[in-house]
Amino acid sequence: MDPMGMNMPVGSVVPEIVLVIGAVAVLLFALFAPRRAQAWAALLALTTLAVAAVASVAMLRGTQTLTFFDTYAADDAAVWAKLIVLAVAAVVVLLSVEWFATDARHGEYYTLLLLSTLGAVVLASAADLMAVILGVLLSSATGYVLAAYHRSDARSGEAGIKYYLLGALTNAAMVYGAVLFFGLGATTTLLGLAQALPSADALALVAAVALFVLGLAFKLGAVPAHAWVPDVADGAPAPAAAFLTVAPKVGALVALGRLALILPEDRVGWRLLVAVLAAATMTLGNLAALWQDDVRRLLGWSAVSQAGYGLMAVVALGRSDMAVSSLLYFLAAYAAANLGAFAVVVELRGRTERASYAGLASAQPVLAFVLVVSFLSLVGVPPLAGFTAKVLLFAVTVDAGYTWLAVLAVANSVVSLAYYLRVLAPSYFEPLAGSVPVLGRWAKTAAVTCGVAVVALGVLAEGPLGAFDAARLLPG
Amino acid sequence: MLSAAIFVPLAGAVALLLLPRLSERAARLIALAVAAVPLAIMVAAWLRFDRADGGFQLVESVPWIPTLGVGYKVGVDGVSLPLAAMTALLFLASVAYPAELRGRPRQYFAAFLFLEAASLGVFLALDLFLFYVFFDLSLVGMYFLIAVWGHGDAQRSALKFFLYTLAGSLAMLLAILGLYLASEPRTFDMAALIDQQPLRGGGLGAGLVFLGFVVGLGVKTPIVPFHTWLPPAHVDAPAPASAILAGVLLKMGTYGFIRIVLSMMPDTFRRFALPLAVVAVVSIVYGALVALAQTNLKRLVAYSSVNHMGYVILGVAAAAAGAPSDPDAARLALNGATLEMVAHGLITGALFLLAGSVWLRAETYELDQFGGLAGRAPTMTAAAVLAAFASLGLPGLAGFVAEFQVFAGAFAIYPLLAGVGLLGIMVTAALFLRMLQRVFLGALPERWVAWPDLSRVEVAALVPLLALVEANGVAPPWVLDDIDATTGPLVGR
Repeated sequence: MDPMGMNMPVGSVVPEIVLVIGAVAVLLFALFAPRRAQAWAALLALTTLAVAAVASVAMLRGTQTLTFFDTYAADDAAVWAKLIVLAVAAVVVLLSVEWFATDARHGEYYTLLLLSTLGAVVLASAADLMAVILGVLLSSATGYVLAAYHRSDARSGEAGIKYYLLGALTNAAMVYGAVLFFGLGATTTLLGLAQALPSADALALVAAVALFVLGLAFKLGAVPAHAWVPDVADGAPAPAAAFLTVAPKVGALVALGRLALILPEDRVGWRLLVAVLAAATMTLGNLAALWQDDVRRLLGWSAVSQAGYGLMAVVALGRSDMAVSSLLYFLAAYAAANLGAFAVVVELRGRTERASYAGLASAQPVLAFVLVVSFLSLVGVPPLAGFTAKVLLFAVTVDAGYTWLAVLAVANSVVSLAYYLRVLAPSYFEPLAGSVPVLGRWAKTAAVTCGVAVVALGVLAEGPLGAFDAARLLPG
Repeated sequence: MLSAAIFVPLAGAVALLLLPRLSERAARLIALAVAAVPLAIMVAAWLRFDRADGGFQLVESVPWIPTLGVGYKVGVDGVSLPLAAMTALLFLASVAYPAELRGRPRQYFAAFLFLEAASLGVFLALDLFLFYVFFDLSLVGMYFLIAVWGHGDAQRSALKFFLYTLAGSLAMLLAILGLYLASEPRTFDMAALIDQQPLRGGGLGAGLVFLGFVVGLGVKTPIVPFHTWLPPAHVDAPAPASAILAGVLLKMGTYGFIRIVLSMMPDTFRRFALPLAVVAVVSIVYGALVALAQTNLKRLVAYSSVNHMGYVILGVAAAAAGAPSDPDAARLALNGATLEMVAHGLITGALFLLAGSVWLRAETYELDQFGGLAGRAPTMTAAAVLAAFASLGLPGLAGFVAEFQVFAGAFAIYPLLAGVGLLGIMVTAALFLRMLQRVFLGALPERWVAWPDLSRVEVAALVPLLALVEANGVAPPWVLDDIDATTGPLVGR
């Protein structure tokens, strides 16, 4: 018989275990290492992420299975989402080395980062409401500290507090939603609920869905729990902001997708609900970004609008056979482009005033080019990753019968070009104003890596799309 | 072979950006050498083109994203070959043409070569996804050309251009996806879609897809009321970029109507051909009248482009409507429309290049600043007269042959609309004659007594364009036979 026992297949959570062990190892290292050696914690963190990634790849098997009493998914969708999260974390480590070089307690930061990564990873696999809550809370609790990591900086503190207050509220609502679900279905596993919910009281079901989705919307940075995103993007340490606007979103979108698939459509109109959230999120994010003269805030609002596009994939789940692969591909494309933009900001030492980007192209042609590629990918200009992502999202949305949402997304894409160009135009068309100090080699490597990924994911889209094609979110 | 026409300019663009510290002269020579390659390839393609076969020829195909049914596939037929050849020629002339490079020669020529790759890609692509990729990339290239090397309020004009045309592109993307989702098995392959006719059944979906194409391609063409981005973009762009914008980019819209809408959903097109033809006639008359009122040389040529694109759309719409009942008239109209695209590319390309010569000498486009230049600059005057006469449709020049066929075909199908459209031709004649008179005749202002005539480079760039305008005017079958090989089967379906 299986030495691990039939119901406790520890082998299917190796990546998670690796992350926990790595986080503890980094913490111990940071406690005992002298100050000048703190940066070595980054190497330890990178190693942890690499081992976790290898362990994840080994779990690609093309089948849809649930483990741990149906609470945890061990499928390709989960593995790919985890790999995206791990890659995001690795880039963020590269961005952090030089950024935090002067911070005496540099090493601990990577423990928090690894635990926050674990939170997103758990979300990507969660097939049980309690597992979702576990992932959300782990990701949030560490996220608050990451956002406020510049202890002496008032804006960083403010970002942390705002993130925390909204998080506490929405997480509590989410737990209450889970309680209602439990009351309706006498179980918290998604499969169990799928059996029980069709006969549940419709009103209570709507309340449960609304409350639970609120918690996921917080992680997604989607309306109505989006308010923290611009503050964190602007106030948190720039590498942490890069992480917090990407990694939790990956986990949360997959988790939302799994939840949506078990809801009985005739009793709760979740598809329309998600479509409305998508519409509101993309539109609000774009309109708010339009007026920003602060590049980091602009990136924050743009991250909000991108969450709206991502929700389009959820709208199409179960109605279009490309919905899951479009969801995963969008996440990869968004992660690469959004990290690329943040990486440029980090390498420019957090430069954030729009006017100060004047002449960037002449001083730092490579960084300016990464910024162009990232922004145009977020707009959806071919042949970049963001274009293929939008083609997929539009296609599945139309396929699912939500043409109006696709039309709205098109209008939003045009609007988004306007504010991205407000940053790009001065950096190319205006003369250089002052010197452009940069951070260092690691951050630049991260920026270039993201730029290459944005192009490669787009031009070589067959690779990821072929791999995602068989991914499913739930059995059956 | 055809792929090289796309990737050689692209590689040239990258090389120019990476090579450090090139002199302006060296950058120009490299760009010229690179831009000559696609032209040579298009000439070779022309020689190998089999006129007995109206389908796609010289096809090159590799799978790209097979999961989505996307392929990298290029090739030519009788409609795209002349357009691609005109594109290659116009790019060579524009690259050669003098312009203010603002101390950024490498970037200027790189942007041009990038734009050339994208433009040729649009006409050569045989896959809708690939077509859209190039269609959008052309916006990026033109945006930079206008914003960096333009004058006046260049950044604003460039932004307006980018936003409008991106909106159009995305509307078209939704329409493309509509076709894609209706296909079975799902594919972006043009030949397969033409074969499948995925939206043959009609209905609301087909109507919406058609609407998406009309908006998307209509912005690019442009047809009234989607034309408002065009005048500022033209006026503020550097003249060689204006030549490409009018000569090549506008054709992407009209080419899309033939390549996609007319070929893949002719039934739906027929249902809505009349409203489109009405819009075309409005464009013809409105474009001509507004052009007549202009005091700015470039703005005048820009509005005359709205007018000329109206002829093309009228021809295509008439062809769509007349195909089943009167295939001969439909064929005539479609041949005329296609030839008009090529002719307008050459003629308006030449006109905008000449406007560039004027700008380099005077830094203004205001017509009332000029007069009597004929005495100072006979070569320039001759070139301008030839181009203007060709544009107003003088017999013996390419514009006449094209417009004659458009109207001859359209009269059989939409007699009333064609009659109204003829008014446009008359107004065009008036406005070009008035333009020639104001610039080249009359008293020479004091400040232009030292006006230099066209340089050798300018002449060398203009002569091939105008020679082809003349050649197509006196020996139309030269190009028309190629076009006809494809349009015949298209409307005779």
